[in-house]
Amino acid sequence: MEPILEVENLEISFPTRAGVFEAVRDISFSLGRERLGIVGESGSGKSLTGRSILRLIKPPGILSATKIALHGENLLDFTEKQMRNVRGHRISMVMQDPKFSLNPVMTIGSQIIEAYRLHSKASKKQALKATLEMLDAVMIRDPERVIRAYPHEMSGGMGQRIMIAMMLIPRPEILIADEPTSALDVTVQKEVLEIMDKLVHERGMGLIFISHDLNLVSSFCDRVLIMYGGRIVETCRADRLYEAKHPYTRGLLNSMPHLDNPKTRLEVLKRDDDWANQPSVSGALLMDDTL
Amino acid sequence: MSNNSGITLKDVSIWFGEGEDRVDAVIHASFDIKKGDAFGLVGESGSGKSTILKAITGLAQNWSGSISVMGQDLGQQRSLEFYKTVQMVFQDPYASLHPRHTVDHVLSETLSLHNADNVDHRIVSVLDDVGLGNTFRFRYPHQLSGGQRQRVAIARALILEPAILLLDEPTSALDVSVQAEILNLLTDLREEHNLTYLMVSHDLAVVGHMCSSLAVMNLGEIVEVLSIESMRTMTVEHPYTRQLLEASV
Repeated sequence: MEPILEVENLEISFPTRAGVFEAVRDISFSLGRERLGIVGESGSGKSLTGRSILRLIKPPGILSATKIALHGENLLDFTEKQMRNVRGHRISMVMQDPKFSLNPVMTIGSQIIEAYRLHSKASKKQALKATLEMLDAVMIRDPERVIRAYPHEMSGGMGQRIMIAMMLIPRPEILIADEPTSALDVTVQKEVLEIMDKLVHERGMGLIFISHDLNLVSSFCDRVLIMYGGRIVETCRADRLYEAKHPYTRGLLNSMPHLDNPKTRLEVLKRDDDWANQPSVSGALLMDDTL
Repeated sequence: MSNNSGITLKDVSIWFGEGEDRVDAVIHASFDIKKGDAFGLVGESGSGKSTILKAITGLAQNWSGSISVMGQDLGQQRSLEFYKTVQMVFQDPYASLHPRHTVDHVLSETLSLHNADNVDHRIVSVLDDVGLGNTFRFRYPHQLSGGQRQRVAIARALILEPAILLLDEPTSALDVSVQAEILNLLTDLREEHNLTYLMVSHDLAVVGHMCSSLAVMNLGEIVEVLSIESMRTMTVEHPYTRQLLEASV
């Protein structure tokens, strides 16, 4: 499988009064036309990794990498203007909570149309048509009503489907989804994931799925990177996540309660300073990754 | 009423607003929790689970039906004495602790509201109970991790030595590794202090781990009350419960 995106030796650091804090430490990975999951606890650097691909690390954060290449073009050499053409157009991002990512004083329709026309030369009429089709694709019933509605009239699940519609309408090659369903109920969560999965699959996109939920990642993704303390400590096929070997991954898996396997006490993760000091494992696509 | 009863709800309806704006958040809810039991309330957001906790603690004023705690029927007003029996732990420890109050301040405020004596000794022993040593006593919330903050929130609820803890999604803001620590702590505390838990959660696995029975809520109504065993074996009656179970497994 040909990689769409290659990231090499990515580092993100924040200078503080007490010295430089390294949030992401020398990680490399690549993404093909697949669903790549990134899991880890809060503070492990998974969201920063997602943001760094779009070069969205705000000062005082410092991003450095040998390369972040989209189809061989190094995004690090792009000007800010060129980056604006990448963001939303070639690589899109869906954030955690639709309540904070939709503009509360614009109708749903005008927000999606704005996003679409920013990246294409479509007329208003064409954009409206495309918007209706897109809302239909994310299973919004009655799209004509929804485009005239404001975000507060939408439920959380609808809001997130609207975000997905807005992000996918310029036909990006990569979608970065940062905890896209953590704010949603389990039943709605499944629905939103199915829609996202279907669209990503139909369009042959690459998906980076950032989550703290191991069950979700193992059932939804193809490949998983496990991050701890800013490093990739292990990578494996998602369906084999339960056979993971690294003590950190094992610890996380064992600390979860299971309905079908009741225990009186849950296992508590025993942290080892070594995990943070060992070098990162490469998350690059391997030739034998037949997915 | 048997004196074995911890919390009993009979035909409880709770609403917000009046007239045209009235929203019925909970409709004819009934369940019974024995002393020393752990009972779960599950359902989607907006199904009314947290509203039930609010009505018990007196935070939601408009309700009908009967609520009794430890065999005592509750009226509209809650006495100071009531809060020595029932305490609540909130969902998000990042939001439920005052950012400019130290742990010591948070805990002693509760005690002074109730004119408790032996303040110093109580604070030291409750911090010990929740696995935070005395070194944490004069820290501010920003100097604590998420798990440590939730331990402080639990300490605040425990310091009056209540018999019942209402837990509103106590671990949903935490990582799984930290969740395991907090759930173990809650299990230990229940054994040591013989507490009764009413736990709201959207996570069926967490409720399955902590509780012996649960009520499933949908759109303000309790659709089914069932034991954890029947949930595990999927012997459920209501289609909504089945749907919820299938989505979670």
